[in-house]
Amino acid sequence: MLYAAVAVRSFRRYSTYTAATLAGIFTNSVFGLIYSYAYIELWRAAPHAGGYTTTDAVTYVWLGQSMIMTVAMWSGGTTDDLNERIRTGDVSIDLYRPVPVLWWYYAGDLGRATYHFLTRGLAPSLIGLVLFHIRGPATPAAAVGFAASVFLAVTVSFAIRFLVATTAFWVLDSSGIRLMSAILSMALSGMVLPLNLVPGVAGTIVNALPWASYVQVPIDVYLGRHHGTDLLAALGFQALWAVVLLGLCGWVLERATAKVVVQGG
Amino acid sequence: MGDALAAYVAIARLWVRSSLEYPASFWAMTVGSLLSTGIDFVGIWVMFSHLTTYGGFDLRQMGFLYGTSQLAIGLADLVVGNVERIGMQIRLGRLDAMMSKPVPLLVQICADQFALRRIARIVQGGGVLIWAGWAVDWTPARAGVLVSMLACGGVIFFGLFVSFSCVQFWTADASEFSNAFTYGGASLLEYPLSVFPKQVALGLTFILPIAFANWYPSLFILGKHDTTGLPHWLELASPVAALVMILVTSTAWRFGVRHYTSTGS
Repeated sequence: MLYAAVAVRSFRRYSTYTAATLAGIFTNSVFGLIYSYAYIELWRAAPHAGGYTTTDAVTYVWLGQSMIMTVAMWSGGTTDDLNERIRTGDVSIDLYRPVPVLWWYYAGDLGRATYHFLTRGLAPSLIGLVLFHIRGPATPAAAVGFAASVFLAVTVSFAIRFLVATTAFWVLDSSGIRLMSAILSMALSGMVLPLNLVPGVAGTIVNALPWASYVQVPIDVYLGRHHGTDLLAALGFQALWAVVLLGLCGWVLERATAKVVVQGG
Repeated sequence: MGDALAAYVAIARLWVRSSLEYPASFWAMTVGSLLSTGIDFVGIWVMFSHLTTYGGFDLRQMGFLYGTSQLAIGLADLVVGNVERIGMQIRLGRLDAMMSKPVPLLVQICADQFALRRIARIVQGGGVLIWAGWAVDWTPARAGVLVSMLACGGVIFFGLFVSFSCVQFWTADASEFSNAFTYGGASLLEYPLSVFPKQVALGLTFILPIAFANWYPSLFILGKHDTTGLPHWLELASPVAALVMILVTSTAWRFGVRHYTSTGS
């Protein structure tokens, strides 16, 4: 399996930087602690805000920390490599390969996400478990659903980051666009505060945007807020965005390929 | 000292000029920084759609804590934020070259690639602070404490940035470690210290004196009382904390530089 091989190599590549991983786990844990106490006070003053209990809210904090690197919230991941390769022109080699560029980078990003989930995702959550007794998955169905939801979260995030990276085909410096994209994912994923706490129409809108798949949906699935067909609907929401965005990636790549002129050809 | 400052300004000015050569990029990144550093306050604002006071603080008072915390880290980040890049400078072998130049090492590292866009956090935090300060019952003493708080807050975060980056003299790729203290500290200070357990409050007062960057002087300015039961004179002790921080930082920095043994040796 070619794609499995790509994913495994990518996993290993990220696992080389042990000190960086440990430093990251430490930092995620410190932020987990800070937000746990901040949320405990919030839910003490407003019990059941957003339909969460205090334990739900603290669980939300630690799972949220575990999603930051998994979905590459602040950009990063194989899409950053692509961005750089487009800028330098090395992408022409990628386009030559008898493998579709989109799936090549997708496989690599899945390997990266798996590594980040197992290290920077799981380790801080264990600290949350010991210090705050955070909840386990609500039901076996929620556990399976959570795994599927995290996979879809990575897929949606990959597609958006891929689209951002490919802007380098048209603009000289895409760092501004990348920053804007990071801001959108930070603000609209439910990372800062659960999206269910956003009141009124704004709340409905942010819950329908693709970024909700990053943090809000996986955690709600984990906490068992979606049952039966509702669980399928939540996963379907993510899957729909994944398909639409990946389709868009394919289309953009086609347009870009038509535009690229490789020297000598 | 004067020479060092002049060298800093001279190097920084070069980088500012070079970044202004690409005005579109510069403004995109500055506006981006403005938005990304402002997300947290949007979170606090959304929080207040569910409650009227948080830990005994209303929205404006929370804005006061938020604004002062942002200014403290913002001032330090603008001037010495690049110290986080020591590890990268070591990997690229640039640190050795810097050491052979007749300009203090810290000045060279911090002024290298000086990013004026970091002023965004100061602008954004300052804006919130002005809005929040409108409701404060100002007296000359309170105004004096405000000035001292901003200066001491900047110095305390200067110390955090520099001393925790010294870890990179040993492990070059652990740059994220210091984020837990710098950005983590700033995030923590956005909330009343009284919502955290007493041990945290004591630790941030007597071990790592982050609380002096805004919490204690803010209590004085807002006319509030600490519920942790610590003495009132701490409200005016920020300059002492800043001084201790300078001593610790210069020791840590010298220790780090002395133990630096180039790459590959």
